[in-house]
Amino acid sequence: MSLRSTARAVPQLLRTGLAETVAYRAEFVVWMLTTTLPLVMLGLWTSVAADGEFRGYSSPDFVAYYLAALIVRNLTGSWVVWQINDEIRRGILAMRLLRPVHPFVAYAASHVAAVPLRGLIALPVTVILLATTARDSLTHDPLQIALILPSLAGAWLLTFAFLFGLGCLAFFIDKSMALLDVYFGVFAVLSGYLIPLSMLPSWLPTVARWLPFRFMLSAPVEVITGRELGAGGAAQLVALQWGYAALILALALALWRAGVRRFEAVGG
Amino acid sequence: MIRATDLRKHFRVHKRPPGLAAAVRSLWHRKYETVKAVDGISFAIARGERVGFLGPNGAGKTTTLKTLSGLLHPTSGTVEVEGHTPFRREGAFLRQITLVMGQKQQLLWDLPPADTFAMNRALYDVPVAQFDATMKELTELLDLGPLVTKPTRQLSLGEHMKCELACALLHRPTTLFLDEPTIGLDVSMQLAIREFIRDYNQRHEATVILTSHYMEDVVALCPRVIVIDGGRLIHDGDLRGLIKTMHPGKLVSFTLTAPMADDELARLGAITREGNRVVVQIAEAALREAVGHLLASASVTDLSIEDPPLEVVMRALFKDGAAPATT
Repeated sequence: MSLRSTARAVPQLLRTGLAETVAYRAEFVVWMLTTTLPLVMLGLWTSVAADGEFRGYSSPDFVAYYLAALIVRNLTGSWVVWQINDEIRRGILAMRLLRPVHPFVAYAASHVAAVPLRGLIALPVTVILLATTARDSLTHDPLQIALILPSLAGAWLLTFAFLFGLGCLAFFIDKSMALLDVYFGVFAVLSGYLIPLSMLPSWLPTVARWLPFRFMLSAPVEVITGRELGAGGAAQLVALQWGYAALILALALALWRAGVRRFEAVGG
Repeated sequence: MIRATDLRKHFRVHKRPPGLAAAVRSLWHRKYETVKAVDGISFAIARGERVGFLGPNGAGKTTTLKTLSGLLHPTSGTVEVEGHTPFRREGAFLRQITLVMGQKQQLLWDLPPADTFAMNRALYDVPVAQFDATMKELTELLDLGPLVTKPTRQLSLGEHMKCELACALLHRPTTLFLDEPTIGLDVSMQLAIREFIRDYNQRHEATVILTSHYMEDVVALCPRVIVIDGGRLIHDGDLRGLIKTMHPGKLVSFTLTAPMADDELARLGAITREGNRVVVQIAEAALREAVGHLLASASVTDLSIEDPPLEVVMRALFKDGAAPATT
């Protein structure tokens, strides 16, 4: 299908995705509740820093960090890996393959459609809390503020492409979901979801700075909080993030192409 | 035109005996077996034909259909559908075909079918005016009425299948791959779906390839049948020809109004008797004389002459494993 036809299909795909998100409202709220780990970490670290700075973070710094992490996680988290895995294993992916729009576009549109609703639930409270309790720990540089949206979009694309690729492993491995636990463990540590990357022990912060996981969560958090960055640093960070997103997307699509050749469309 | 030449699709399947020991052994020593789902079949189907794929479970019918629709890459051989190589799944090809699988759905479960229809309109880039016209036609033919605004999860099986069919045909495909489209439906719904498929075929000169375990579907819809068993083509031709080859003669049924000895009836052919109702299989050459004899008898009423049911023919075909002459 031509790019123009695909582009024409996207608004309807977004509408359908939004309708599905609303239809699955209970599941949606439960899913959102599973992303509240930053709030737990926030409680923990603000009490550690109650008597003074800890590893360079004051109590408001921790508030800013974890609330920003909560926003990023809510807006960029994705369940596409479960979706693809299930559709491959049950053979119902067949129905997507028969449609003249690349399934990546269809999956992506349905996931993008959920973002506004997630924002509507997660943003008001967290933004008000950020503005009232951690205002001084956020960036005030207008150029850096302008980069927040591109960094969130980059984090979304990178996370989505990575999980899309992970889902494609079901073409090759029967129990590929076991790898998701490994992924989530690595992601939690190396993305800054659990603790800020600078607080990781020994040589890990240096390694984590160059791995893709940082750009899924820590990078937009760094742009929002502005720690040790500045507008120039933030721009470099976002450029690197989009580079990673393009690379991971290319790998995920290559994995998809190879996988579809092996697809057995079981059942029916 | 659909053309398959020496088409093969083999799967590598992991095999292990039952039990814990075998499970542990399979951790480091896996045994694989090659399953020849389709093993060198060739056929050509012209535009507008209605063809039934017949065969027992696991014969290779669905695998053939999936290969023709581009879901599976053939292991070897070539397939061409309306000038396209299916597994490349080019947009122009996908817009010409549809695959309906009775056990798989494309309707979005929690939304009314109308939402899936709107999504498919966008995916297939169907102009709004054409979509409205098609929707009107399908609503009329399938009697969809209020179904399209009811959540899919609340539709009955028959309603669901009607909506699946409508969804699959919204882009007006010219090649229909129908895999068990009437599975699980009651008799009246099967009839409605059959009539709809025939009507669609005639209105749009669409090619229809059908697999069904309901022989009535095949008899009613498909003048031509392709019989596959063990991945190999064992018959390709006229349905009546197959019946004649496998089961020459006619079944003459009648009710006895007075007792008649089995010996006397057996002179006409092989008999099956259930109370007063008798069915005799009579060779075509002897039919006229035998029926005349029966009608002259005062003790016979309610006489009818039929072809043997396709189920009987198929049972004989797969039991014997003998390949009849391909026509």
